[in-house]
Amino acid sequence: MKSLLLTARLDIAESLRARWFLFYSLVFGGLIVLLFVFGLTESRVLGFTGLSRLLVTYIQLCVAILPVFVLITTVRSVAGDREAGVYEYMLSLPVPLKSWFWGKMLGRFLVIFLPVFLAMLGAALWSLYRRIGLDWELFLLYTLLLVSLSWAFLGFGMLISTVARTPDVAQTGAFLLWLVLLLFLDLLFLGVMIRESLPFELIVGVALLNPLQSFRTAAILLFDPQMVVLGPAAYVILDSLGRWGYLAFAILYPAILGTLSAALGCFLFQRNDLP
Amino acid sequence: MISLSGVTKAFQRRTVLDDIFLSVEKGERVALVGSNGAGKTTLIRCLLGEYTFEGSIAVGGLDPRKHRGAVLGRVGFVPQIPPPLKMPVGELVSFAAALCGTKPQRMIGIAEDLGLDYAKIQRLPFVRLSGGMKQKMLISIAFGRDADILIMDEPAANLDPQARHIFFRQLAERKERSVMLITSHRLDEVASLVNRVIEMDQGKIALDDRVADDIDLTGVWRCEIDLVRPEPAFARVMEEWLFLPSADGNSWSGQVNGPDRLRFLSVLTRYAGLVGSMKMSEDRGGR
Repeated sequence: MKSLLLTARLDIAESLRARWFLFYSLVFGGLIVLLFVFGLTESRVLGFTGLSRLLVTYIQLCVAILPVFVLITTVRSVAGDREAGVYEYMLSLPVPLKSWFWGKMLGRFLVIFLPVFLAMLGAALWSLYRRIGLDWELFLLYTLLLVSLSWAFLGFGMLISTVARTPDVAQTGAFLLWLVLLLFLDLLFLGVMIRESLPFELIVGVALLNPLQSFRTAAILLFDPQMVVLGPAAYVILDSLGRWGYLAFAILYPAILGTLSAALGCFLFQRNDLP
Repeated sequence: MISLSGVTKAFQRRTVLDDIFLSVEKGERVALVGSNGAGKTTLIRCLLGEYTFEGSIAVGGLDPRKHRGAVLGRVGFVPQIPPPLKMPVGELVSFAAALCGTKPQRMIGIAEDLGLDYAKIQRLPFVRLSGGMKQKMLISIAFGRDADILIMDEPAANLDPQARHIFFRQLAERKERSVMLITSHRLDEVASLVNRVIEMDQGKIALDDRVADDIDLTGVWRCEIDLVRPEPAFARVMEEWLFLPSADGNSWSGQVNGPDRLRFLSVLTRYAGLVGSMKMSEDRGGR
């Protein structure tokens, strides 16, 4: 446990010094500032106004930016360290491999999640100060969804870093995964399934296996309880799981997927050559 | 203390270590020499549990891969190429000390002995230090804990004469209770530090020999050189060895670490035509 925490602390300190972290924090902090500046808290959509309206937009932006940021920065730094010879020295110190791997994962998670969360919290506190409406339940659910999404993509990133032997291969792999999850499943795979008239439940089920899709759908559910924008898919989801059942799925499923990916990465990391 | 049995390591189809059998006991200081690609670094990485391999390795009876904590807790490692760590020196020392269960002050003490101004460099990124400073820091981290197995890849290559003397003294203090494995691609760099030489060639052990062990690692030799004429190139080399010139620049005098004598003489051979006479005798007063 001690070496896990030491590794996590080291990774946090390393990340805080890195330029990507500064840029990453500026992106999410800047997003919130921009949303305030453009007066989103005063506008209304589907009955949402105040901070809830701002969060609806923020969460939609997060789903576009967060996964690719997490994937690319994770694989570049982890695979890059290995290629640069950092592992040869650092892993000659008496640190168990499991502690090293999960310590890096934990440290990295805090570093990627905190700017996203702090930007949101900053907005919430500002709203309280300005007496703009704030739905704390919505805030909590968004936070949990973001935790889950970050963890999932961090797990994918750690797995890719372990499997790929060079930063370039790792980066390409990460980008392809993001592209597949973002585009391929929706545009091509699901399209083919619909054209082949496969059962609707199966198509919706496959769509929701994509953590990006489950996150996006849960975010829609939070501001549109009937999920009108989803059309008939809403019936399948709400009839099968109900609102809270689906939210629980959308929070737990990506977190479990990320944990399983990282566990597989850790298993392979321990089995293969380290440097 | 260290035993390798039938160790074979291949990358794709290229065999880098080929059925190595080796045993090293306490008190042995082994020079692991061989040309580039002979398999020295791969052997070290297998010993450190960083590579998978066929065969078996036991360090103190334990598999370094399965019992990393117990094995690596006993190993002080100095790599040939310092890692490009961006973390500050102080953070590296704290991390290593906490993992190894020792106090950072022990490592800092050795760093200062080696001539580093720790207070000045502790906030600097490790990667920004000079080659010699990095080497000194890595030696300090390896020696500043209870390691009885020292694995060093060309450890003194970037050190100045003063730091080399301290380094040799640190080795001398540990020579009876430790195993040392010192790699180099040139035997004359490490010959005086060791009592056993293992030469590797194309992944096999080509030579395994015990050598005379009567060089005092902490000894210092006084040397005086007279030249037939002053020469700027020679002066530059002598200044690197911290030698002082006479007023007319025709004579140079200084001290050479005992284990560095062979290296010093091989440097002098480059200027054989310039050297009129030279005298070398043990300096009992030390540095």
